[in-house]
Amino acid sequence: MTDLSTPSSDRVKTFMDGLEAADFAETAFTTPKPLSESTVAILTSAALHHPEQAQFDPRDTSFRQIDPSRRDFKLGHWSQDVDQVGFAVDHNVIFPIDRLQELADQGVIGAVSDVHLAYAGNQFEVQGIRMDSGPEGAKVLLDAGVDVVVLTPV
Amino acid sequence: MSTLAHVLEEAGLATIALGIVRGQLESTAPPRGLFVDFPLGRPLGKPGDAEFQHRVLAHAFSMLERTEPGIEVFDEAIPDEGGLMACPIPPRAEGDEHPAVAEARGLRPAYDRAIAQYGEKIGAFRLFGPDEVPAAIATFAAVADGAPWKEAGIPGIPARVVQDIRGYYEAAALALSDHVPAAFEATRWFQHETEAGKAILGARKQMEAQGAKQGLWQYLVSGAASD
Repeated sequence: MTDLSTPSSDRVKTFMDGLEAADFAETAFTTPKPLSESTVAILTSAALHHPEQAQFDPRDTSFRQIDPSRRDFKLGHWSQDVDQVGFAVDHNVIFPIDRLQELADQGVIGAVSDVHLAYAGNQFEVQGIRMDSGPEGAKVLLDAGVDVVVLTPV
Repeated sequence: MSTLAHVLEEAGLATIALGIVRGQLESTAPPRGLFVDFPLGRPLGKPGDAEFQHRVLAHAFSMLERTEPGIEVFDEAIPDEGGLMACPIPPRAEGDEHPAVAEARGLRPAYDRAIAQYGEKIGAFRLFGPDEVPAAIATFAAVADGAPWKEAGIPGIPARVVQDIRGYYEAAALALSDHVPAAFEATRWFQHETEAGKAILGARKQMEAQGAKQGLWQYLVSGAASD
């Protein structure tokens, strides 16, 4: 039996702690309307996509639009260091679309957006996302009437 | 992830960014960041536990009441216990095949049961389908036995091929287990307990010995599930 007494996933997290991050001189801060009146979307960096959509390449900075009426999500993240079994049995552990619908049904949030976004998060160069695909994704969400976005990593 | 939070907020959207890696969350300083001390790949914490997931979302949404940027910490951590999945592997057919190849064939019914139950969601089969898994494993077994890695017929960039094999095994493991494994338990089982995992580890050592670039052999294993 292999000695697994030290969880190596913690070492991976420690390594990721030290990765260089994009620097924003100022932090934008938007005050939303009440949550019970807000339309909420999910944006995940787990490289989710539907089967007919193009897979994410490892350095892909583009995004895919996720249809909340479907459940045929595929986890396209290119990394060996991510648990994928949790997502296999329950997509909500990364993409909590069923939880959002329950909150909408209860009136906690105003509505679930008709469109959600997925990017590939394992990027060492984020300028393409910052300057191009990020603003493009923001426009998609604004055009869909989104007020609040929950961002989930992988 | 936090870069996108800044960009969306600049565009007029209110955001809450969940973050699993605390240092990364702090250095990228999203407008509203919620540190969740969970395993990589499980930002809502617990698969199949709606109540827990709602608690995470409730904390996230409560941050919309903040009047200035900041990071908060979710009040429950889920540590990686370093566990190894106990997963009975079906008996292999006796024959001339490499044990890893026979093992993969033997797991096919379990894989099919898992896909029937959960769907194919976990990132496997971007390079080839489940029918090709035994042949793909055979290429790593050949390298482990000393074949030159460039001539072994590995059907793609080696680390990506391994991800497809891993997806096949982890799906099969779901059907062979009586519980949802904790994070990385199935990965550790694949990497350390299966014949396929041993063949890949052997190929990794051979590729290094044969002078392959480190980037080509290093990522044949999951660092998060290594010993």
